[in-house]
Amino acid sequence: MSTTKIIKYQLQDVFRSKWVWAYALFFFAVTEALFQFGGDGDRVITSMMNVVLLVIPLISIVLGAMYLYNSREYIELLLCQPVKRSSLFFGLFSGVTVPLSVAFTVGVAVPFLMRGSEIGSILFLVITGILLTVIFVAMAFGLALSFEDRIKGLGIALILWLFFTVIYDGIILLIIYSFSDYPLQQPVIILSMLNPVDLGRILLLLNYDISALMGFTGAVFQRFFGSLAGQSISITAMLLWLAIPFWLGRRAFLRRNF
Amino acid sequence: MGIPPNYLIPSITELPKTQGVNTMKVLINIILMGAVLAFLPGLAAADGEITVGERSFTSLSEAVSYASDGDTVWVDGGEHTDTPLLIEHEIALIGLNNPVIDAQHQGEVIRVNANNVLIEGFTITGSESSHIRDNAAIRFDRVTDGIVRNNILDDNFFGIYLARAHRTQVLDNKLTAYGTREATSANGIHAWYTNDLLIRGNTIKGHRDGIYLEYVEDSEILRNEAEGNIRYGLHFMFSNDCVYNGNTFRNNGAGTAVMYSENVDMHYNLFLDNWGSSSYGMLLKDMRDSRITHNQFIRNTAAIRIDGSSRMEVENNRFRENGWAIRILANSPDNHFTKNDFINNAFDVATNSRRAYSTFDKNYWSHYSGYDLDGDGYGDVPYRPVRLFSLIVEQNSTALILLRSIFIDLLDIAERVVPVLTPETLIDENPLMKEVNR
Repeated sequence: MSTTKIIKYQLQDVFRSKWVWAYALFFFAVTEALFQFGGDGDRVITSMMNVVLLVIPLISIVLGAMYLYNSREYIELLLCQPVKRSSLFFGLFSGVTVPLSVAFTVGVAVPFLMRGSEIGSILFLVITGILLTVIFVAMAFGLALSFEDRIKGLGIALILWLFFTVIYDGIILLIIYSFSDYPLQQPVIILSMLNPVDLGRILLLLNYDISALMGFTGAVFQRFFGSLAGQSISITAMLLWLAIPFWLGRRAFLRRNF
Repeated sequence: MGIPPNYLIPSITELPKTQGVNTMKVLINIILMGAVLAFLPGLAAADGEITVGERSFTSLSEAVSYASDGDTVWVDGGEHTDTPLLIEHEIALIGLNNPVIDAQHQGEVIRVNANNVLIEGFTITGSESSHIRDNAAIRFDRVTDGIVRNNILDDNFFGIYLARAHRTQVLDNKLTAYGTREATSANGIHAWYTNDLLIRGNTIKGHRDGIYLEYVEDSEILRNEAEGNIRYGLHFMFSNDCVYNGNTFRNNGAGTAVMYSENVDMHYNLFLDNWGSSSYGMLLKDMRDSRITHNQFIRNTAAIRIDGSSRMEVENNRFRENGWAIRILANSPDNHFTKNDFINNAFDVATNSRRAYSTFDKNYWSHYSGYDLDGDGYGDVPYRPVRLFSLIVEQNSTALILLRSIFIDLLDIAERVVPVLTPETLIDENPLMKEVNR
């Protein structure tokens, strides 16, 4: 059985379930509501930023972990067949990330396209959303494969989500205050690269929220993240964030004694 | 071929000296000149021909020194390098077909030492950059009632320099300079100890300050555009009772610096894209009793920075997408902000004190999240425009990288519920639910 076949079955299975539709509907409803209250597209995008940065990591990491815990029997059944473990892992992974990404993209894009916005204007929002989805599903798979106990696994998933979205920034602020006598701009740039949520936030800020680029400090950050080198470094960091959890999860899956 | 001067243009003394120039009259003059020229092909075709009354000249400086009070010097095209050109009589110097006066970066270009002088229709270029002398393209020195109109001033050190030149009018000129450093470039329109000026419809690019006024009173600065100047678009000090209407300040080192003056009116101006480390749309430094209304501030690092200023009325302005809409220091009491729109600014108001010495009332704030149950158009919950994060950034600018982070938003919400660090009394009690100045 090939990878594509597994993916096909996976997708059929997932699209039959209700949560993907609920997920798409959620993004559609939020975007639509923002249009109804707020008005123009730029403002909706900046408001969607926080939704994307908060909700996508949470849903991806929880659903990813739950999904793997729940398909335990299905995995064991398939592993009895002549299927390569790596194809199965890739199939499972795509089976979660593709529907989540599609649901998010459609949910956000439809209200914009209905109002005649160009697809280019929300491209960065969509790309950041998809990258975060993939990154956090990869983390979830890594967790679910490392912890047998699903309560423990889900608990750690939640803590991880809280860490990346909230606690990490608190730590950065603490560092900034503790070492305020030193030039901190470069260390802070590096620190924010070590968190995919921060990285996504900064990339979105620089692309959509011009008022963030203010002052000397803003100019330093802008010079880095706005330049071609800075952009490619941050995209590379984002891709590393994608590759490392995926690779760790895959390794755990290959070695796991089911 | 000569032209009877009285027929073509009223002598300069007849030109309106009041601040509203009769544009109709100017227009008729121009049309008249054009019509006459069309029937005088000999003159129109002559390149570089200079005439004063019946006489014609080959050298501009000779013509100018020949002309006596009330004469008009006509210059038809050509390039003239006999500078500096000294104007010692009450004459009109009028260029047709865009004649060029070029100082070739040697000293100054035109110096006016007589009252009632009109300079119109020239391209004036090449006043020398200097650390010692204030070389200008056109300099009025202790003379009054001059008019500088429809000239192109290109690549000069100072553009138009007015020293004790009361009642001068500077109208519809285009000034461009190419300086890169403050020290080696100078101001576009520079006025010093001069009252009753009219500066209208000029475009100033690439100078140090676009318009610089020092000890200038009772003057009007209307509909000028200052773009890409190295320091300020408009800079004035010790200049009371002036009016600034309908000007545009775009992408200057800092928009405008408004200092040490009283009773100033600034209305319907546009402040755009003044970005930079210590940049702002408008700096109010030690100002008193002035009115700032109906202006638009869009995409400035700080839209208005207020330092040591009091009794300013800030009304009906629109602040959009600025880093800070208003940065007000505690040394600025009794300022009043009302009916302004604050839309999508990273920070609406920042201050360095826990007490509020100025009042905010009936403004629209796009960050306001309250409700209006009684439907009177005012939110039922007061709005606190100072965020905790703006205090953090004030103390530690590196923290700016956390802007819009969820952690910071949580901190802000907590602070709004129970203000501990932000000024308790800096409140808009009646935040508007809808924008007022669309």
